[in-house]
Amino acid sequence: MTIPAKVKQLSETLWEIAPSYKAGMKVPARIVGTRNLLESMDDAVFDQLTNVATLPGIVGYAYCMPDGHSGYGFPIGGVAATDPARGGVISPGGIGFDINCGMRLIRTNLTLEEVAPRIKELIDTLFELVPSGVGSRGALKISKPQFLELVEQGSRWCVRHGYGWPEDLELTEEVGCIEGADAASISKKAIDRGFNQVGTLGSGNHYLEVQVVRPENVFDSSLAARFGLNVPNQVVVMFHCGSRGFGHQVATDYLRLFLSVMRKKYGIEMRDRELACAPLHSPEGTDYFAAMKCALNMAFANRQIILHHVRKAFSRVFSRSAEELGMHMIYDVSHNTAKLERHLIDDRALEVLVHRKGAPRAFARGMEDLPPRYKDLGQPVIIGGSMETGSYLLLGSSEGQETFFSTAHGSGRRMSRTKARKIWQGDKLLRELKHRGIYVRTASLRGLAEEAGGAYKDIDEVVEATTRAGLSKPVARFVPIGNVKG
Amino acid sequence: MAYRFLDSVAIADVAFEATGEDLAELFVAAGDATINTMIDSVDGILAKTSRKIQLSNGELDLLLFDFLQELIYYKDADGLLLRVPRVEIEEQGGEFKLIATGFGEEIDPTRHEQRADVKAVTLHQFKLEQTSEGWRCFVILDI
Repeated sequence: MTIPAKVKQLSETLWEIAPSYKAGMKVPARIVGTRNLLESMDDAVFDQLTNVATLPGIVGYAYCMPDGHSGYGFPIGGVAATDPARGGVISPGGIGFDINCGMRLIRTNLTLEEVAPRIKELIDTLFELVPSGVGSRGALKISKPQFLELVEQGSRWCVRHGYGWPEDLELTEEVGCIEGADAASISKKAIDRGFNQVGTLGSGNHYLEVQVVRPENVFDSSLAARFGLNVPNQVVVMFHCGSRGFGHQVATDYLRLFLSVMRKKYGIEMRDRELACAPLHSPEGTDYFAAMKCALNMAFANRQIILHHVRKAFSRVFSRSAEELGMHMIYDVSHNTAKLERHLIDDRALEVLVHRKGAPRAFARGMEDLPPRYKDLGQPVIIGGSMETGSYLLLGSSEGQETFFSTAHGSGRRMSRTKARKIWQGDKLLRELKHRGIYVRTASLRGLAEEAGGAYKDIDEVVEATTRAGLSKPVARFVPIGNVKG
Repeated sequence: MAYRFLDSVAIADVAFEATGEDLAELFVAAGDATINTMIDSVDGILAKTSRKIQLSNGELDLLLFDFLQELIYYKDADGLLLRVPRVEIEEQGGEFKLIATGFGEEIDPTRHEQRADVKAVTLHQFKLEQTSEGWRCFVILDI
């Protein structure tokens, strides 16, 4: 695809659409990426991003990250900050239905040589202990009252109940529990949908992968060593999932509520109903913020329970405790959120609400909220590639101010699911992957075909673009040897 | 089937168009399209249990939105795949009321070939319109 004429190139990796392009745009829309990446973006990205630029109270720029593709409301990879003190809104469409969809990375002291002969048994055990697929549930048996505690306390609830290690909390964004979650703001339907889904992967592009760090894929060995990546061909575990049906229902509930009050009560008109919003400082905005935080916590807890089962699976297969296997977390990062943060806007420090939809935070060294042990390094960012190509550990950069310290979250789709299914067949792909040393278990062969590597952009190019744009820099690259595909 | 999945509309999600000679037929087709997004064959769903669905909304398109959302709710809350063979829709004093019964069974991975879990119905380009042949809707599901 050619890049539309309205998109002007500002630098090698920065592009802009001026506010004059569309009525109601309050700020310019900016896209980070190389020419090649922009050419792979569908036109709807530019349309959706310029809609985002019309949000009441938006400041700076409406941003799209290099892995961006069209979504609903915001494009995936969309980042936008609003100023609540000046009527700035909160929009569920700027966060996504899968609130706090995110990535978690765990290291082990095992090597490829030790794991490869047992990979089938290991992946089969993970497949058994971590439920995946349509409506998956049952990994953690809790009552609804317990679930209400869990959504207010996040990973803390899990660790207190024996599902994890105290250090896991420090290594999770928001220490695994965001302040201000209020269970009074969530519906019965949300509870019904979520209370039996804690510890489950879901489906679509959600997965759990066993990966290897080959020596040639370590970009900075002293940095990598700070994350405990210091053995050639070391094995790590990475997984991708969110707040399951609970978060989906919270987003749906408030999308409907905002739609009913947006125009009538607040006089806001949006071009896309999916961008329904309300001022953060309004009863509806405040309630959604508190409910969304419950979903953030539910996702942290979800990944914490999955981690517990991952440790159990490794322990079972290798007949050693998770402690003996050195299964420490590297980090847990969210890429579907809205958070109040302080940023420099026109040289003034302002508290703004940063929406990130398909974009992780990538704080620079020294910034608040970083785990003490990473304070001098910067925030670890985990980027999941396609099942076939590989994934990355990056670090936030001090040049990332303009994007509110955000970066890419994955390789980003370049092909629709239906098109992918016409090109690849699940069973054939499964065999091909096995032949290439990647053992896959999946709840859905059709879904597997939709997630084929060729349906995604080139992860290396996405990471390179974030580096050149000064948003993040790579520490290590991981290649898969086993995958549980949801 | 009175629905079809659309290529290259929603790159990471699923878009479909459903039609019906009347509104009730369209709702039935759109319901099946939503379930078909999650499993390969809706005909393989056995009517072992049922759930009553009663909704009302001042806006007809949002009634469809709520109806599809009910099917997604039961998929998570009760682990059920539901088909709705018949719906009744009537207008009363500016409100559209829907009464229907969904029939189905729990998801059984050994019998239902899975596709992708539907997270939500999105309102992005969501459309319900009357045509010369009846009714048509356009829906993007988040998966």
